[in-house]
Order: sequence, then structure tokens, then C-alpha cells
Amino acid sequence: MTTASSTRDFAVPRRIDAWTVVALLIAVVVAAPIVVVVLSIAVPAGTIWSHLAETVLPLYIGNSLLLMAGVGIGVAVIGTGTAWLVTMTQFPGRRVLEWALLVPLAVPAYVIAYAYAALLDVGGPLQDWLRRDIGILRPDLWIPNVRSLGGAIVVLTLVLYPYVYLLCRAAFADQSTALLEASRMLGRGPARSFLTLALPMARPAIAGGIALALMETLSEFGAMQHFGVQTFVTGIVRTWQGLGEPVGAAQLAAMLMLFVLALVVIERRSRGRRRYAHGQGAYRAFTTLHLRGWHAAAAAAICAAPVLFGFVVPALALGWLIWQDPEIALATPLLPLALNSLILGAVGAAITVAVALIVAYAMRLRGGPAVAAAGRAAAMGYAIPGAVIAVGIMLPFAWIDNQVDAIMRATFGISTGLLLSGTVIAVLFGYVVRFLAVALNAVEASLTRVTPNMDGAARLLGATTWEMLRRVHVPLIRGGLVTASILVFVEVMKELPATLLMRPFNFNTLAVQTYHFAADERLAEAAPPALLVVAVGLLPVLVLARRIARARPEGNGA
Amino acid sequence: MSEPARDIPTMPPGLVMLGISHHFGRRRVLDSVDLVVSPGELVCLVGPSGCGKTTLLRIAAGLEELQQGRVLVDACVVAEPGTVVPPERRGVGLVFQDTALFPHLDVAGNVGFGIARMPADARRLRIDEVLHQVGMSDYAASYPHQLSGGQQQRVALARALAPRPRVMLLDEPFSGLDTRLREQVRDDTLHVLKHSGAAALMVTHDPEEAMFMADRIAVMRDGHIEQDGRPVDVYGTPASAFVAAFFGQVNVWQGMVRGGAVDTPIGRIAAPGLAEGTRAEVVVRPEGMKLSPGDGPVEPPVAAKVLAARLLGRSSWIHLCCGGDQPGPKEGEAGHLHFHARVPGRFLPCEGDVFAVTVDPAQAFVFPAADTK
Repeated sequence: MTTASSTRDFAVPRRIDAWTVVALLIAVVVAAPIVVVVLSIAVPAGTIWSHLAETVLPLYIGNSLLLMAGVGIGVAVIGTGTAWLVTMTQFPGRRVLEWALLVPLAVPAYVIAYAYAALLDVGGPLQDWLRRDIGILRPDLWIPNVRSLGGAIVVLTLVLYPYVYLLCRAAFADQSTALLEASRMLGRGPARSFLTLALPMARPAIAGGIALALMETLSEFGAMQHFGVQTFVTGIVRTWQGLGEPVGAAQLAAMLMLFVLALVVIERRSRGRRRYAHGQGAYRAFTTLHLRGWHAAAAAAICAAPVLFGFVVPALALGWLIWQDPEIALATPLLPLALNSLILGAVGAAITVAVALIVAYAMRLRGGPAVAAAGRAAAMGYAIPGAVIAVGIMLPFAWIDNQVDAIMRATFGISTGLLLSGTVIAVLFGYVVRFLAVALNAVEASLTRVTPNMDGAARLLGATTWEMLRRVHVPLIRGGLVTASILVFVEVMKELPATLLMRPFNFNTLAVQTYHFAADERLAEAAPPALLVVAVGLLPVLVLARRIARARPEGNGA
Repeated sequence: MSEPARDIPTMPPGLVMLGISHHFGRRRVLDSVDLVVSPGELVCLVGPSGCGKTTLLRIAAGLEELQQGRVLVDACVVAEPGTVVPPERRGVGLVFQDTALFPHLDVAGNVGFGIARMPADARRLRIDEVLHQVGMSDYAASYPHQLSGGQQQRVALARALAPRPRVMLLDEPFSGLDTRLREQVRDDTLHVLKHSGAAALMVTHDPEEAMFMADRIAVMRDGHIEQDGRPVDVYGTPASAFVAAFFGQVNVWQGMVRGGAVDTPIGRIAAPGLAEGTRAEVVVRPEGMKLSPGDGPVEPPVAAKVLAARLLGRSSWIHLCCGGDQPGPKEGEAGHLHFHARVPGRFLPCEGDVFAVTVDPAQAFVFPAADTK
């Protein structure tokens, strides 16, 4: 027996907790590029800003607003319409289309833009066919130019509607059948029930999906560049690389972030109002409407069209480009490009998921407001365009490089050159900033499956927090970690502007090489790497599709 | 059992909790609670849900951060404001209500989790030993999802015992089990805990379970311990109407103390220690009601009429009414006329039969009325 005041020698006085510190540190580092961009407003940029404001700024704002309006309406109509048809009605092919409608998500916007440009341009197969084979030979036959704002809206809509479709489908499937049945019993037909009940109830999901699609619209670089549509992102690249004005580019980026911020607010608010459920069992035969005859055919056609034009046609067009001239198309060896993409994707995914695991675990262990804020800050990057992140990273990195170089030269007479900027470190850092939210979502979701009592049990059995992570959490959420890694890997493979702006000299990936070929109008050569990017992009889509197919084993086919 | 006391230099071994107060936001869930569990002793912490018993347990485990007070394990401070021993270094075991077995580990892996630093041979032996104690030797290679609820609970117990904790905590360990299984598992648990020699603290909301398991029972209410004593004391001399009522349905009457006793519809009940003229509450257990044939020599004679009689198995439950047929005040109001008696065995008088009622003084308690909620 000892005295009451004796304390076990291993008792530690309460101090600042390591997990909290690490989480806060990560948040600060990840948020730094965004902060740099915001702070750039305060830097006097000289004449460049007034030059931009006079010449291109109104154009950027106008184009961005038009793009947002067009794509917003487009994805809303296609996404909600198809979601309603596949959840609430029965028609031949519904079960296949239910997951096939997600497939265009695998096609990066720049790829679909190149495909349609090749297909529809003067001299492309369609115009050839119309003028020569059909016999409409008149050279002045007007065909709308795909390389335009309208064309950009159409192709973006075709690959971005799945965001709305995905959230809407979940929302419709989640809605109480009892409510819809009540509406039917009160004398409203299926169409009116949809418009007056199902649609308003799904409003948060629709708004959330549109917000996500518009974030992608604002960050799109390759498609806009190719179609000659001037937006903030093309302006950022032009001001930075063409005019050599990084501060001006950062200030454009800051303006773009105002648009993004509005979308984030919309998306956050909508997320709070909808429940994340995948509608198990809420699906009953009574409310599904069996379509027959031309109704069924129309429903099938409506749902097949987005898949056809968002995936099948562009994929075939790219294939056609290769088939036309295989020698030229396959002249560039793909293996080194694919290897570079693979390495960046794998390393980027590993780092991002590891960082996400640390942040999610810290949030689980320490529920305090500081850690929660750190989590939110770490997840901020998902809304920020890659070009903006690139600017926010390269500005401070270049400054650090210059400082180090100056010091080293002054003291040792050695020039260190570029240590951070223009290296793979900068690119990987950009990926972590941009895709941490993707990984964080997946990791957090799988962590909820480990009950808090399992934490308690592990701790009381002598495991430290670190041991608990290694022996309990990581084995239990292995599947979630793999999912998160795949998601980030694919995002990295598809990512264009951040890689393009930050990559080391002559370091090319599939996406970057696709862009270079397309920029030179060597579309045949752009096709193979583009198809490869699409093929990799199919991975997570198929995972999602399988989840949808499994959620409804009873999905009684028509 | 010495009284827990602060500022005494020598502390008993086992689990000692002194002056524990705790708030969730503005709500005070624990109010200066003192509790001592000696090695080899099994103490049950009982109380209605929300009384703070689980919070107290989690503070002892270190899963809830201590706000005020002091926790000692084997006479060493493990938590006081400003100093905290993390749960993994307290030498405390906890059996969870939901078992919290690790689904990715088999039974041997779960049981061996807490003794990972042991040499492999010793570890193997210890796993076999505790699995044998809980009767799960044949299931070492099974995974938790392959086991029944009772088997999972046994494995959870074995897992908590494996590192030989000096203090064992159990959080409603049997509430997830169905009634028949529960009796068997808690019987085994009692013997295993007694054999281990650890200081055991078990939380339950079931007073019968507490009577079954406990060397000592601490009854909690609204964040404080209302009574702490041997089961026979807590049952036989309850400290308050709340404690008396906690161990089963009781008859309650309110009244004034006059001439050292309180008048109730079933007669005068002595009120020792209560001041003349104060309001009092009379609590009589149904099993303290003695019914004799209406014409017997009963002093004082109180006649009661049978409203209904039901056989509950080991005893019979009789609804009675005294004072004629007129509808009196409702139950709980002063002077209400409806009450219950529990009679051992099969005793099913007809509706309308009249009996003389006497009260067993050992089953009747009088408390100051302020004690009611």
C-alpha cells in the first residue's frame, strides 16, 4: 500500500495531444495553397490586373455564368429524368441502364471534347458522310460548330449528369413508398405524383448533384481550351504561362474561388438536408409503374441516349481515329506514359489515403472543435479547380526555391536550383490537396463500422492509440482503404491541369500527352492515351455499378 | 468494509473512486460520488437509466475523461484533475454490453489481444486457461459472428480476464441475452469473477440481477448513490422510498405522523424517528401484506375485498380494496384504497372475497415525505 498522493510513474500529466497536433498540421499544410491564392489579392499586381479587367475578365465571367446555366439545366433534366425512370418504372433494359447511366462518369471532359471535335469537324466522318454519301453536297450547309460555348455545354452535360443521376436515384429509392402510395390513393397519377411529391422531396439531392457538376465545369481546362471557350481556368493558364504573370494568375484564381465558394455553400446545405441511404427495401412492386408499348420504348430510348452520347459514341469515335490511321495513331509508345501515370497514381493514392486515415482517425479519437475544423479544412480541396491549386502551390514553392538557392549560393557557392517547384513533390502535394476529400469520405464511412466500444475494448486491453490503429482499425477497414485508394488513383490518372502546370520538365502522363496531341490537332495520336484514361476511369464506375446492382437483388426485371 | 474517506493517507487496494462529479454540458450527471470495491468483491451499481451509473463506470475505465474527483486502482491514483493514466495502462478490464469483440480476429485472437507482449508459449497457455474458465475451449478458432450471443459474452469476459486486471468492470453484460441464457451465463460469470480475485464493478438496471450477483449493491439515483450496502441491508432496510421501490412494485401511502405513527387505509404504521406532525410516506412491500380469513381474530382488524387475483408462478398477486365500494383517491394520492399483496404459492381467492389484512413490520417502511420526487 502506498499513499493516496502517490501517482503511478507512468501517469502522464495532460498535455497537448499528438493526434490533435498532427491533424492540425495536416490541415494547415493542405489549406496553405488555397490561403496563398486568397492572399494574392493583397499583392499589387501592377498593370496586369487592369489589363485583364479591361480585356478578358468580363468574358470570363460571362462565359462562366453561361456555362453554369447551360450545364446546370442540362444535368438537372437528364439526371432527374433518368433517375426517376429507372427507380419508379419498369421497362425492358432498365436493370442494365440503371448502372450503365453511370458509365459516362468515366470519360474526362477533355476526352469527350476531343472525340466530338474529331467526329463533327469539317472533314470529320459525320460531315463527310452527310455531304458525300447522303448527297447533300452543298458546301454552305450549316452544321453547328462543336467548338463553341454551346458545344462545351453539351459535352460537359453528357459526362457530368451522372452526379445528379447518382444522388437523385438514391433519393428516389429512399423515399417512402407509403407517401407515394398515399398520393396515388388521393387521386394523383404517377406523373403528377412525381412532379408534386417525389421531385420536391429530392430537391436537396438535385441541388447537391448540380453543385458537384458545376464545380467540375468551373475546373475544366482541356475541353475549354480545345473548344476555344475562354474561362477563368484557361485565363489562369494563359496569364501564368503565356504572359508570365503568376500573381495575376493567382488573382484570377481568387476570383474563380468566389464562384466555387457559392457552389460549396449550396452543396453543404443540401448535404445537411438529405440522408445518405441507399434505399434498401424501400422499393416495392406497387409503386413501380410497368410501362408497355411505345411508352416502354420511349423510356428505354431516353435512358439509353445519355449512355450512347456520353460514352459509346465518343469511345467509338476514338476507336475510329485509331482504326483510320493506326500507324500514326500508335506511333508514340504508350508504355512510358502509362508507367508515369501509374507511378503518380499509385504514390498519390498511397500518400493521400495515408493522410486521410490520420485525419479521420484523429477526428474519431478527439472530438474537439479544433480537430473537427481541421477535418473540414483538409476536405476543402475537392471544390478547388486543379489550376487554382497549382497556382497556390507553385507560388510559394518557387519563392522557397529562390530563397534556398540564394542562401546556398551566398554561403557555399552552390546553386540548388529547383528543389520543390517543377518536381514530382509539387505534383503529389497538389494531388493530396485536391483529392484528400475523396479519400477522407471513403475512410470515414468505413470507420463508422468500427463501433466506439471496440475502441474502448482495445484501449482497456492495453493497446495505445497507435497500436489500436494498427491492430484493430486498419484490419477492419482494409476494404474501405482499398476503395479510397482506387478512387484517388483514378482521379489522379484523369487529372489534367494540375499535372500539366506542375509536372517536371518533359515528364508526361497519359492525360498530359493526350492534351499535347489534341492541342496540336493530332487527334489520331491523342486517341490511344485518351482511351486508356477512359478504361482506367471505368474502374470506380464499375465498383459503384456493382454496388447498385447488389442493393437490389430482387429488382424484378420487366 | 471501511467507509471511503478522503484525506486519509492509506488507501485500500482495489478500485477507489472519491468525490466524482461529472457534467455533460450543463447537465450534472454525477454529484460527488464515493465508491470503493475491494479485491475479490463484486459490487453492483444499479439504478434507472440516466442515473449516471454507466458514466461512473466509464470514468473508472478511463474512457470518459475525469472532471472532478479521484480514481485509484490498487492504491495508486489513475485519474485526478490534471493527471490521467490512459486506459491502456490502468490494469482495468471491461466487458461491454455489445461485447465489442473484434470481428477480424478469431476467439483466440480476441482473447490474446490484451496479452500480446507475453511470450508466445505463455500467451497460448493463458488463452487456453481463460477459455477453459468460461467454457469456450472448443471455440478458439471460431470467429465472433459464428457464435451465439451467450458464447460471445463468454468470450468477451475471457478477453477482459486474460491480462489479469486488478479491476474488472462490467457494463450491463447480460442485457443482450434472452432470459434463459442469461441465468446460465451470469451464474458462470459470478464464479469466474470470484475465482479471478479482481475487484469487480458491474452496472445493471435489473435489481434482481444485482441481488443475484452482488456482494454489495450501490443504488444510484440522479447522479448520486442513494444507498450502498449488502443486498440484505439494501432490501431489508432501504434508505429511502426510492430504494425500497427499486426492488419491486410497492404500495405507497402518504400521511401525517401523529402519535409516532402514520394512519393508512390498512392501519397505523409506526414511524420511528420522524417528528410529530411531519408529512411521511409509507411504503409496504406486497409480500409484507398478510391476508387471513375475514372472521379471524385480527388486531387491528382491517377488512379488504379482493378485486382480482392472478397466479404469477411462484407467487400469487392479489388486487385488494379496503374501505367499501366507493371509488377512492387514485393510487399514489393520499389515502387511496387500492393496494396489492403477494402471497407465496397458489392462492387465488374469488373476486369479492373479504380478508383481514395485517402488515409485517419488517416489510413496511416510513420515510419523510420530502424524499418523494
